[in-house]
Parts: sequence; structure tokens; C-alpha cells
Amino acid sequence: MCLGIPGEVIELHPEQPDLAKVDVNGVRRMINIGLLVDDPPVPGEWVLIHVGFALSKIDEREAAAAMEFLEGIGQAYEDEIAALRASLIE
Amino acid sequence: MTAGDQRSWVDQALHEHDEHERLDELERDAGGRRQLPLADPEQQVLDRIDRARRRRPRVREERITMSHGAGGKATQTLIEAIFLDAFRNPLLEPLEDAAELTVNATRLALTTDSYVVKPLFFPGGDIGDLAVNGTVNDLSVAGATPLYLSAGFILEEGFPVADLSRVVESMAAAAAAAGVRIVTGDTKVVEKGKADGCYVNTAGVGLIERDVTLGVARARPGDAIIVSGPIGDHGITIMLARGELDIEADISSDTAPLNGLVAELLNAVPSVRAMRDATRGGVATILNEIAKAANVGVLVSEDNIPVRAEVRGASELLGIDPMYVACEGRLVAVVPGEEADHAVAAMRGHPLGEQAAVIGHVRAEQPGIVQLKTAFGGTRIVDLLVGDPLPRIC
Amino acid sequence: MRFVDEFRDADKAHALAAKIAALCEPGRKYKLMEVCGGHTHTIYKHGLEDYLPESVQLVHGPGCPVCVIPMGRVDDAIHLASQPDVIMTSFGDMMRVPGSGGSFFDANAEGTNIRMVYSPLDSLKIARQNPDKQVVFMAIGFETTAPSTAMTMLRAAREGLTNFSVFCNHVTIVPAIKAILDSPDLRLDGFIGPGHVSTVIGCRPYEFIASQYGKPVVTAGFEPLDILQSIYMLMVQLSQGRSEVENQYSRVVPWDGNQAALRAINETMELRPYFEWRGLGFISHSALKVREKYAAMDAELLFQVPGVRVADPKACQCGEVLKGVLKPWECKVFGTACTPETPIGTCMVSPEGACAAYYNFGRMNRNRVPEAQVTRA
Repeated sequence: MCLGIPGEVIELHPEQPDLAKVDVNGVRRMINIGLLVDDPPVPGEWVLIHVGFALSKIDEREAAAAMEFLEGIGQAYEDEIAALRASLIE
Repeated sequence: MTAGDQRSWVDQALHEHDEHERLDELERDAGGRRQLPLADPEQQVLDRIDRARRRRPRVREERITMSHGAGGKATQTLIEAIFLDAFRNPLLEPLEDAAELTVNATRLALTTDSYVVKPLFFPGGDIGDLAVNGTVNDLSVAGATPLYLSAGFILEEGFPVADLSRVVESMAAAAAAAGVRIVTGDTKVVEKGKADGCYVNTAGVGLIERDVTLGVARARPGDAIIVSGPIGDHGITIMLARGELDIEADISSDTAPLNGLVAELLNAVPSVRAMRDATRGGVATILNEIAKAANVGVLVSEDNIPVRAEVRGASELLGIDPMYVACEGRLVAVVPGEEADHAVAAMRGHPLGEQAAVIGHVRAEQPGIVQLKTAFGGTRIVDLLVGDPLPRIC
Repeated sequence: MRFVDEFRDADKAHALAAKIAALCEPGRKYKLMEVCGGHTHTIYKHGLEDYLPESVQLVHGPGCPVCVIPMGRVDDAIHLASQPDVIMTSFGDMMRVPGSGGSFFDANAEGTNIRMVYSPLDSLKIARQNPDKQVVFMAIGFETTAPSTAMTMLRAAREGLTNFSVFCNHVTIVPAIKAILDSPDLRLDGFIGPGHVSTVIGCRPYEFIASQYGKPVVTAGFEPLDILQSIYMLMVQLSQGRSEVENQYSRVVPWDGNQAALRAINETMELRPYFEWRGLGFISHSALKVREKYAAMDAELLFQVPGVRVADPKACQCGEVLKGVLKPWECKVFGTACTPETPIGTCMVSPEGACAAYYNFGRMNRNRVPEAQVTRA
């Protein structure tokens, strides 16, 4: 119910401006993009899908930033583990 | 039921459980086993729940609901409380996919199935394919060579004869492919509005020629659990084919006869403990059946369970778990741990087993419980579902 | 799957777990509430608690829109569905919620026609295909789903559909959070803020939690790394003595929310003066109803709903579980008289309910299960 899934917009409906086809891992569905009327998505953009509607666009820059943070933590963690291992050897 | 009745069913349920707890405690005290005061209240609750789960099942509902047909908990309760209770005999009790009979020193397997799938025709097959393959598979996983099938039809007034021919042709082709013959049948017609076009019932007989005894109760700690290929294809195909979800995907049913694959497996690993056909309820249901029948724990790893990308996509979109989604051409096998690699290699040598994989193991800890190590690295339980979001998929 | 798999990465989880553990002050216990039922579900589904140190406890909140529907409203829905020529449409989550006389599934066995739909728009399709029937959509959900109901109503109006109506049970999240904050039973250190509700209402509505109550809030995504990162961000705030609203789910949640969605809600719905929440009692201005302008689509006006208040069974402790005062297993009937098969309360039957999540996924004592000790490496 809270369920929102990221999907890629692959085409806009030729006649109905509030419909678009999205792809989720090879599965396609027509969804309603009426809630994004202030900044409609274009093919190639990603949206969050909830009960047949696009609720929000997925901001790729923010996603990349989130990943960078997580990777940074991961790297720091790995560095620490490596340091730990190195110190154990001695 | 009125509000007054509702109050009473809750009270009754509580009263029952209190009674059971009281009797259990008396039994424990009588056995001289004093319950040590546990510092851990959560563990006490978990123990209490475990006792509750092991009690004799009872059907509380007054009417049959769709949950009873889903293959999960409600179905199991119905089978045990109503059918097993009334028909009880040692041949029925194992509740495997087929019954093992001995007639004049010959070992036979007997199975029956009904097919009520909607829609009748879907990508990858139709109700006819399911009927033949499903029956062949139930016999195969019992270690039997499938030989003869019966086919009973319940047809709706108004059902196009052309569609009936299509179904029947599929059955003929499927039977030929599986090497079985349909030797008897029956036809009934019901008024318009019943039978949704066409229902099919089958029974199948096979010969158990090998010196094998199979059954999920034989699973032992250390055994490996293998699945023959990607899961969830059939159930998702049916859901999408109903057209209510407006989802397009390149997914088709995995319906197939498994007797060839089973033969390869048994040839390579005669010590297979059990095999099950992963239909209604999916792989998760079989894992629970193993844990319960053998009173063992099961631990599987999410990373090792093969799922097609599209099945995963559709499942995520709909919020369902592929582990509970029906397959119609996949089996789950329990083999001794040391034979796991051998078994997988044998299965991968067969076209239907190309993606066979070990998904987990049987263990002694946490008997009766199936646990999953998630891709994320945490652990959770995989229990039976009560109902099922995919009504009538086989 | 993009934007999903990378947020389920186990290696990054280990790293975050180490950071979280490092931020724990010795001897101090932390209680963080995840408000949203969807978060509760993710936490248990992925075994996320295995990555948390003993001193960080997660408390499950009331953000499960199915769980908070009182029995009386379920009865009302079934009453509606029992009217002649009515087809009721409902999300799957509602189908097994028990009313006084049974659930939607039970009602169907007795003759109603309540159909599961994936989207409220599917109701319009059914309405078009069945012009001689009245299609009533059982609308539930927080602000996440209300815009979809609103858009469906607007579409129905545009098409001139006359056989479609809505039985509106949408609720709003802020009053529920406020009820938790004002509850004397709870001492919480911070909040894992709702994810998808925030895509609609934005992050500003939570500012009062930080400024007036002094508790940090981090709006979180639904993948396990999102939640773990949000916990980390809360712990950083707590260690620095800050209380602010932060947005971990920035790839999806805009700080100011979705104006088009808010406009749609405003156009078609308005706040009820009060609404009864299961376990939390009557809360003022906490739920939506259909506006007068759209009265032709208000099922409560088109049909007579009995509106009887049905008290929860005495044994049911859903209220305390929803408030986070009790853990699921602390409820006296958890797992024995109340199971997913025989639910007494909503927390056990909703897929987002804390009891269902714990029973179906988490029913194991974490200290005793070796695989569950990920951080104790």
C-alpha cells in the first residue's frame, strides 16, 4: 500500500497527455502522470509509481548523491577493515 | 454473524487457547519437566506460538472463501481438518502430491487434480497443457513413471466447441510429449454462468519401478534443497493474462512435463529424499511442508533463488513475493548434502533444468521454521500465507 | 532493478551498521519510531534489525492506513457492498480485515461483489463495463493515495460517469504523529519519517516535531539501505544534540511536496471535523471526506451507511501496538488466538501491520539465531 516502485518512462501516450508507458525491469504498464502536470516527465526519465499513478520524478542527481554517500561510507569502512587486518598481521 | 456473535467468536478463540495452555502445562508438570523461569519474555512468547501452531487444525469459517483455494494456510487447514479427518487412513496421511499404493506386490502412484484456471488460454499454454503436465508431474515427483491419465470435463453451456477442440488438442500433444495416454474420461455440461467455460479434472496412475521411497518427512539436517529453474513464471503470466492489470511483459507460463528431468535426477542420485512440484503456493509452501513434515529447520538464501527479471519486475510492481507464486514446470528436490553438486549437474544437463540451483539447506535448529537470508544480509522467516493474491491460477 | 538493487547492497549495510554502532553512547538506549507501515514491512522483510546494535530499538508506529480503520467502518463498507447492484472495488490489503461479521472475503462468500483492484482507475473501467451497476471504490490510505483517488474522481467527472462513487476513508499522518508525541506512555528519541506520504505533503509539516517537541526527523526511502541511512542520520543528530527535519529520500521527496497532488485533493476532498481511529480514538481534523461539489460521488450520501460504532474486542491490543507502546509479541493474544489465519485485529491482517510483519517475517529471537548476528562479526 505504501508501495512505490521506480519505473522508466518509455513513451508518452500520443492522444492522452496524462498517460505514459513505463518500464519496470522489462514489464510495461500505462500509468497516469496527471499528478506531475507541473513538470511532466519525458521518455528516459524515471518516476515513482503508486497504484497506477506517477507520484514523483526520481531525481537522478539526488540518487547519485545518495549512492556516493553510501559508497563513501563503504570505502571508509573497507579502509578501516584493511587497516585492521594489516595491524593484525603485525 | 452479528456484533454479538463476533464478540463470542473472539471469546471462544481465547477460551480455547487458554484451555490448551493449561493442559499443556499440566502435561509438562506431569512429565516432571519443570518449566525453568526464562529471563527472555520474547522467547516465552515464541514458544507459546510454536505450541499453538502445532495444535490440531480447525476450520473456523462457516463458508468456503477464496483463501481456501490459495494453497496456503487456509487450504492446509481445510485439508487436515475436513478431508483428512473424515477419510483418514495411512495411505492418505503423508499428503504428498501422489499417494503410494501397493497392489499385488506392484508399487503404484495415484494422483488427482482439478484445473479451474482463468483465462483458459495464456502465453505458454492453456488449461489442457496444465491438466496433462500437472498430473504427469505429481506422479513423477513421487518417483513413478507416469502411464495413464483420466480426463473429466465440466463444460459451461455456451462454451465454443472450437475452444474445447483447442484444449483437447493441447492435451493430446502434451500427453504425447510426456509419453502418457489418456484412457478414460467423462463429460458434464452445466448451465450458463457456472464452470467459467471449462473445468478439467484428471487422475493419473504411474508405476514406481525404482527402488526409491520419497517423501518430505525424510528430509534430514545437512540435506540440500534444489530448485530446477526460475520461479514464479506461471502465476505471474496468469495474473497478467487476466488483463485486469494492464501490464505487458514478455513472460509465459513454464508449464512442462518433468518426468524426463526427474529420471535424469534419480539416475544420477538415487538417494534423493523428496521431490515436490512447485504449484499453488509456490516454493515457499513446499519449504514449509518440508520443515513441518520432517520437523526440521530450513534455511534458504535469497541470492540463490533464480527469478527472471520480468517476473521480479511484475512482482515488485504488484507487491507480491515470487516465492509464493505458482510454477507449473518446476520442482523442488531435497537431496543428501554431499550429493548436491551431482544433483545440480544432472539437472542442468536437461533442458528443463538448465538453471537448477541449490537454494538452501535443512538443519536441526528452529524445527518447523523456514528462514531466509535476504540479499541485504538480514534474516527473516518465510511462513505460509493464509490467502493468496492470485486466485485460480491452476 | 535500478534505484532498487543498489539500495539493497549488503556491503554498504555493514558499513552503515558500524557507523551507527560507533555513535551509540555507552549506557544510553535509543528508541526510534518508524511511522510508516511500509517501513515496518521493509524492516522485517529484509531482516534490517540484524544490523542494529542492542541499544537502538525500533518502535513501530501507526502509519498503516488499513490498521487504523475501525471495525465499524468495515461493517459500513460491507453494508454498502450488500446493496443491490453494487460492485465494490478495493485494494487487496483490505480483503481480509475483519469487521464484526467477517471480512470482505467472507462477505463475498455470502454474496457481495467486492473486487480487488490495483489502481482506483480500474474502478472506472469496471463502471464503464457495467453501466447498470453502481461501482463504489473503498478509498483508503494516507496522503500518499488520496491524490490518486482525487484524480480518479476528477476523471470520472470529466467523463460524465454517473455510476461511480467513493467511500472515503483517507486519513492524514500529522494528527497521528501528534497523538503519539502527546501520549504519556512513550519516550521516543527520534522519528523515521514517512516516505511516500512526504512526496505529497513535503517535509515542512514535520517541522513542528523538531521545533516544538525537540525530536529529530529524517524522511526515509523504502529500501533497506534508505532506512539504515536514515537511522544513521538520526543518530548523528542525536549525538550532536540537534533536532531538525532532514530528507534522506531526496531522490523522490521534494521538500515542498507535490502541488498538483495537493490541488487535486483540495478540489475533491476536505477535512472531516473528527474521525475515529482504531486504537487511537477520535482525532480531530485527521481524515478526509468528499466535498459537497462532488456529492454525486460520495457513497456515504448516495447510500445509507449505518455508521455504528463497534468497539474493538476487549482482548485486542492493536491500539497499543499502533502507538508503539507494545511490541507485537507483547500483545496477550499475539500468535495464539490472533494469527494471520484467524486475525482478531487489523495489525495482524494488514500487510503493513506491525503484528503481521513480525509474525510473518520476524518471529525469531534475534539473540539466539547465529545468522542474525551480522554486526557481531
